[in-house]
Amino acid sequence: MSSLLERLAEARKSGNVALLSEAIPYARWMRIAPENGTGELLTRMRFHGDLIGNTSLPAIHGGTLGAMLEMAAIFHLLWETDTETVPKIVNITVDYLRSARPLDVIASAKVTKQGRRMVNVFAEAWQDDRAKPVATANAHFLIKSDDAPPSL
Amino acid sequence: MTNPLKDPDQRIVLFQSLFSDTIPHNKALGLKVVAVRRGFASMRLEWRDELVGNPETGVLAGGPLTAMLDGCCGMSVATMLKEPKPFATLDLRIDYARPATPGKAVIAEAECYRITSSVAFTRAFAHHGDAADPIAAAAGTFMLGTKGKATRPQMIGAEKLIGGDGGKA
Repeated sequence: MSSLLERLAEARKSGNVALLSEAIPYARWMRIAPENGTGELLTRMRFHGDLIGNTSLPAIHGGTLGAMLEMAAIFHLLWETDTETVPKIVNITVDYLRSARPLDVIASAKVTKQGRRMVNVFAEAWQDDRAKPVATANAHFLIKSDDAPPSL
Repeated sequence: MTNPLKDPDQRIVLFQSLFSDTIPHNKALGLKVVAVRRGFASMRLEWRDELVGNPETGVLAGGPLTAMLDGCCGMSVATMLKEPKPFATLDLRIDYARPATPGKAVIAEAECYRITSSVAFTRAFAHHGDAADPIAAAAGTFMLGTKGKATRPQMIGAEKLIGGDGGKA
C-alpha cells in the first residue's frame, strides 16, 4: 500500500482531507491542498510569487493552473470514489478562459464517467468569483490497473 | 555589431534570460533553455525531490511537465512573432505516454508549426534524451494579441531577427 493510500485512510478517519497533500512532495512545494470545510471537496493553490508566469499583467503561469486542476482531479478521485489504487493520469486537456491574477486559485472536480478501468474527470478553477472560471480541464485516469501509464 | 539572435549560443543566453530567469515560475522550476531557433524551442528540467508526485517511486508529478511544456510551447511561439505581441495559452493537451524515470532530467522540444494573426499552433514532446521514447506529448494553441502590454519575452520579434538563416543551430 502506498503512503498516499495510508494517508488517505488516516484522512478519512480524522476527516482532515488536507493530509493528502502532505504525502505528495510536489503538492507541498506548490502549496496545493484539498479542503472540505464547506462540505464540498475543493482544492486550493495558495498564491505565492513563484506561481507568476507573466510579470507585466501580472498573471499566474498557465502551467501551474493545469497542474492544480490535475491535482484537484486526483484528490477528488481519492476522496470521493472507492479507488483502491492511486489514479494514474493518461491525459489532460486544459482550457484557459481568463488570466489568473495573483490570488489563491480554487478548483472543484467531478467524475463525468466512471468505467471499470478508466475514469473521465472534469475540473474547474476560479479565484474570487466561482461564476468566472479561469481554467477548466478534462482528464482521463486509469484506476484498478497495473498497465504501464504514469505516476500520479 | 553582431546580432545576438543570429548566433545559436548567444541566442540561448538571451532566451534563457527572457524565458526562464525573468519568468518566476520557470525560474522556480529551474528550466534551462537548451536550443532555440525559428519555430523551435527546447528546455531542460532537472529531476529533484520537491517535484515528485509519488514519493514511493520518485516519479515526477504531472504538474512540472505541464508547466515546462506550456513554457516551451510559448517560447516556440515567440520565435515566430513578426512584431511584439502579448499572447496567452488558449488550450493545452498533454498525453502522458509513460512515467518519467526518477533521477533523470527531462528535455522538452516544442515546435510552432503555424501562426496566424490571432492564433499560434504548437506541438511538443518531453523525453529523457531520446525523442523516440517520449514521456509526454503536448499540443498547445495560443491566442495572440491578448490584453496587456507585451512582456519582454513577447517583444523578441524574433521572426524578423532570426529569419534570415532560419536560425540554424
